[in-house]
Amino acid sequence: MLRLNVTELSAELSRGAFSSVELVRACLERIQRRNPSLNAFISICEESALAEAAAADAARAAGDSKPLLGIPLAHKDIFCTRGLATTCGSRMLRDFVPPYDAGVVERLRGAGAVLIGKTNMDEFAMGSSNETSFFGPARNPHDPGRVPGGSSGGSAAAVAGGLCPMATGTDTGGSIRQPASFCGITGFKPSYGRVSRWGMIAFASSLDQAGTLTRSAADAALMMRAMAGLDPRDSTSVDRPVEDYASELERPLRGLRVGVPAPHFAEGLSPGVERGIRAALAELEKAGAELIDIDLPNNHLSVPAYYVVAPAEASANLSRYDGVRYGHRCENPVDLDDLYTRSRSEGFGDEVKRRILVGTYALSAGYYDAYYRKAQRIRRLIRRDFTEAFTKVDVIAGPTSPHVAFPHGAKADPVEMYLEDIFTIAVNLAGLPGISVPAGFEDGLPFGLQIIGPDFGEARLLNVAHQFQQLTDWHRRLPADAAGEAS
Amino acid sequence: MDKSEIDKIATLARLRVSPAEADEVATRIGGILTLIDQMQSVDTAGVEPLAHPLDAVQRLRADEVTETDRRDELLALAPSSRDGLFLVPKVIE
Repeated sequence: MLRLNVTELSAELSRGAFSSVELVRACLERIQRRNPSLNAFISICEESALAEAAAADAARAAGDSKPLLGIPLAHKDIFCTRGLATTCGSRMLRDFVPPYDAGVVERLRGAGAVLIGKTNMDEFAMGSSNETSFFGPARNPHDPGRVPGGSSGGSAAAVAGGLCPMATGTDTGGSIRQPASFCGITGFKPSYGRVSRWGMIAFASSLDQAGTLTRSAADAALMMRAMAGLDPRDSTSVDRPVEDYASELERPLRGLRVGVPAPHFAEGLSPGVERGIRAALAELEKAGAELIDIDLPNNHLSVPAYYVVAPAEASANLSRYDGVRYGHRCENPVDLDDLYTRSRSEGFGDEVKRRILVGTYALSAGYYDAYYRKAQRIRRLIRRDFTEAFTKVDVIAGPTSPHVAFPHGAKADPVEMYLEDIFTIAVNLAGLPGISVPAGFEDGLPFGLQIIGPDFGEARLLNVAHQFQQLTDWHRRLPADAAGEAS
Repeated sequence: MDKSEIDKIATLARLRVSPAEADEVATRIGGILTLIDQMQSVDTAGVEPLAHPLDAVQRLRADEVTETDRRDELLALAPSSRDGLFLVPKVIE
């Protein structure tokens, strides 16, 4: 039961193999046993989960057959949940209990999913390893000595480790795709604007996008059907129809033009990952796809431009944490300025402070044109590279990350950590959809194939990922103990 | 970036960088700025800045009240409040 994916669980629930209450109870027991070592969850809501599961069972008995009905769900702790602590992995929001649900939370609740808890993450989603969390690092279920990736590391560890079959994540520079790659699961980041950002705690507003972490692309299609769509409360939410992603999954690959970007196979890519990704591309070719070499000439500028745009937007977004309206407040402030400065200095961790300082610098008088405007111009060049490529190809495919999961503490230098996202960041700058699907193992650790689509190419992307999962079984290879028999 | 510049930026951001941390913060931020400076290697003259991936403009809505009054619920989140007001240390002597 704990290894099944959403599509399978949905079928089992329909035929009455077990109830949602039984399924949720199994997940909760599994969490109790495994979470002390994986640290995937920041909070668990056992009582409400069992009540929601009982309601789902009753709805099913009354004839409801929505695909996500009664399926356990974990939310990244960046999504506001009414009455349930939402920390964003920070001391700043340790005691923050939102009075409302995020748009994504409302929609998945409406689809009948059962919320079982909130997952660990890098503080304010700033990190690629989950090590910046105030609540301690989550661990990779394939090897607890290694990171699960980040920032949606808790969600990835929970789904890979058999704790929960589906979870939400957010992706500002790779925060869904890279942990999916490191944990051997499927991570989907939709086009910018496809899913509501309302009630999702802001990091970099022109880049942030919510998405899914699941055990298959077909599962991502089910979650996306529920999550996508216009939300008038998010001014950048896009008003266009939501496709029926599940009905597109079976389209054959014959004739698909797959762009293979040269800069994603440059030096720094681990040889084992390169071999695996080349083999994955060969699988697509065998199924009738055509591989076409392409260039993304400005890709090397994506990390530098991102580390202006994202910190600049973060410094503005995080100015709201002032110790006055909500969040951490220091003891005995001597005056208002001391209240602001000390509350923020105590509430934020080192990486968050670094990014606020870099962003403040980039936006400060005299530097705005040299940094922020320059980065926005490069952003257009990066987007043009993709627009140009998509005149020749339908999708672009390559590695998600240059290597497999690294040990905790291995990347102490922030710049080294930033370069982790060298293959994923340009996708956010361009606002495109991207997915990471399991594509092999190196030294027993999984890595992912990243597939990138044009604007609002969600349906085709999920279709290609699903077809790849019909040709391979990498996505079936969860960690040995994910069935729950062993500790 | 030297320590006095770090101090200036920290003040703007309402963050405290203690003297003990100053060297490390300056080194780390210096490293990040070196990374960022790779941007200067490309000529972007004549390229329009891109602020939104789809170059979208702000959607407008009818000027009607859509929010309900949740003052008490929101004030309850504040570390300190009274009579419908957020409390802070005395600003005017």
